[in-house]
Amino acid sequence: MLLRYRGREGMVAWAFHRISGVAIWLFVVLHVIDIYLVGGDPKAYDEILKVYASLPGRIGEWLLGAALLYHALNGLRIIVMDFWPPLTRFHRQLWYANWAIFAVLGVAVSYFIFRPLFVH
Amino acid sequence: MTVYSRSGRTKPQGGGWELAVWYLMRLTGVALFVLALTHYLILHVLYDPAQQDTNFITTVRWSSLFWRAFDWTLLMMVLFHGFMGVRTVVADYTRGGVRTAILMGLYLLAIVLFVLGTLVVMTLPVVPKG
Repeated sequence: MLLRYRGREGMVAWAFHRISGVAIWLFVVLHVIDIYLVGGDPKAYDEILKVYASLPGRIGEWLLGAALLYHALNGLRIIVMDFWPPLTRFHRQLWYANWAIFAVLGVAVSYFIFRPLFVH
Repeated sequence: MTVYSRSGRTKPQGGGWELAVWYLMRLTGVALFVLALTHYLILHVLYDPAQQDTNFITTVRWSSLFWRAFDWTLLMMVLFHGFMGVRTVVADYTRGGVRTAILMGLYLLAIVLFVLGTLVVMTLPVVPKG
């Protein structure tokens, strides 16, 4: 349904880029503060890392990885079209290529993120 | 006429600061493609978060100048790219005094994160491995 709206793939690509960008930015704000605690309050840092390693933490980590990978691939697609405008004609195909790479890398990374919950 | 994709921000006409930001977003974007994905790969795939704590940072992750420099460069790139990106988002949905207030808060937060991040990566004592 989303893909049938007027903007089609280009609009969805833009919306996802924006949402993933803001999400990554939120994590960066959190992450700089938590890393500061390594020097400022080491015990608090250890506690936060336990949360990151829990199931909800891993789901968050997984979503962060997905946002990062999408934003990175789609960002590269935007840069390529900005500096090589004839390729804009194939913006839709490039976007689907992004998703193909995303799927392959995503499955591999997901395996490593969730495996420690099952194998000790 | 050349067709431009609207997935990214349209290149500002003329020159000056806005055009510089447009180029710098792309430059830092390419740098982050390498730095951020490498950082994620190492700290979320090669090392599991369950293995990580203060001790891990001091004796493994930040035991060499290379990885401290790597993470500090990543911080510089992400602060510029992230905050300039959010600036674009804020400018799209707000205007007038509200926009000015939010942007001031945003820049203040960027400075705070620059100070906190730089401080910890540059002053945390080096503990050699083993």
